[in-house]
Amino acid sequence: MIRKITYGIFLGIIVLSLVLFFVAFPFGKNKMAVGKYYLKNDIKQTGAANVVTAVTLDYRGFDTLGEVTVLFAAAAGVAILFYVLEEDKKKRERQVYPNFIVRVGSRIIFPFILLFGSYIFIHGHLTPGGGFQGGSIIASGFLLLYLAYPGERVNRNKLSIVEGLAGITFAGLGLWGLFTQGNSFLFNFLPKGQLNMIFSAGILPIIYIAIGFKVASEFAGIVDDMMCEAVCSGGEK
Amino acid sequence: MIYYVGAFLLIAIGLYAIIIKKNLIKILIGLDLIASGTNLLIVSIGYVKGGTAPIFSKGNILAKMMVDPVPQALTLTAIVIGASELALAAAFVVILYRHYGTLDIKKIRSLRW
Repeated sequence: MIRKITYGIFLGIIVLSLVLFFVAFPFGKNKMAVGKYYLKNDIKQTGAANVVTAVTLDYRGFDTLGEVTVLFAAAAGVAILFYVLEEDKKKRERQVYPNFIVRVGSRIIFPFILLFGSYIFIHGHLTPGGGFQGGSIIASGFLLLYLAYPGERVNRNKLSIVEGLAGITFAGLGLWGLFTQGNSFLFNFLPKGQLNMIFSAGILPIIYIAIGFKVASEFAGIVDDMMCEAVCSGGEK
Repeated sequence: MIYYVGAFLLIAIGLYAIIIKKNLIKILIGLDLIASGTNLLIVSIGYVKGGTAPIFSKGNILAKMMVDPVPQALTLTAIVIGASELALAAAFVVILYRHYGTLDIKKIRSLRW
């Protein structure tokens, strides 16, 4: 009984807020003042052709740093949850061998997935892409390799090194801008360059490349944990 | 307008799955549906009638033709966060299954209320 009342109150609050929202913001009409400001001053202040990238990394770069931290916390949580049980894990030998086409096809396709992901995050300030999307694509390439070769594992130490270096690059660029140039964290101290060229927008492409590596290694770590949970035998290591 | 309807329907389906379903995996799917509906809702707030993507790809695209970039920037990060949180929740489900031997929330003692 009390459960149904709680569900009713919960649903009522959600429906009421959605209706209020739909009344307050009619579709396709108004634009927020802050969005107009970003659109007007984007080229002058950041030099990035993609305004979404400029908002994510320049105007709200500190939020992105915190958000990468949340990502790291989630990946570490998955690793911790699966590590604790490693000791009393039962012996399970379950080797699944995919067929020939999957094994060979994944070997052929994997470099192209890496190339495509790198393209996405290198051109994050010019095209609708960026570090998060490119990193997810690269991690999906690792997932393909895991599905094709269930017995193999990536080297977790190298993944950790890549992830740490990427995080240090992001935070270090921000601190460098804070202490040497200007007086704000993530100050854009490199030259803005010409619009729509690859070497433009100052530090934004470097940050997005770092984010791409970080997201790719974190998601690859999550995939590794989950695949190991399904496939690994208990006696390993 | 169809985006608002779609976002509302996605959120409604997710709420249905969370409240009615008893299987933990289905509840996770419901949570992910709610996240997708919220993302769609946030992106469709920023739409302006006849607007283009907020990218200065050519010289003849001016700032006043563009849609609002702020909701898109927020959604961009929210999607990745949602994916990693889903992975964490799936890890919790694996642990729960290991411990209780079932995925039914009626039978898991600590989730009953």
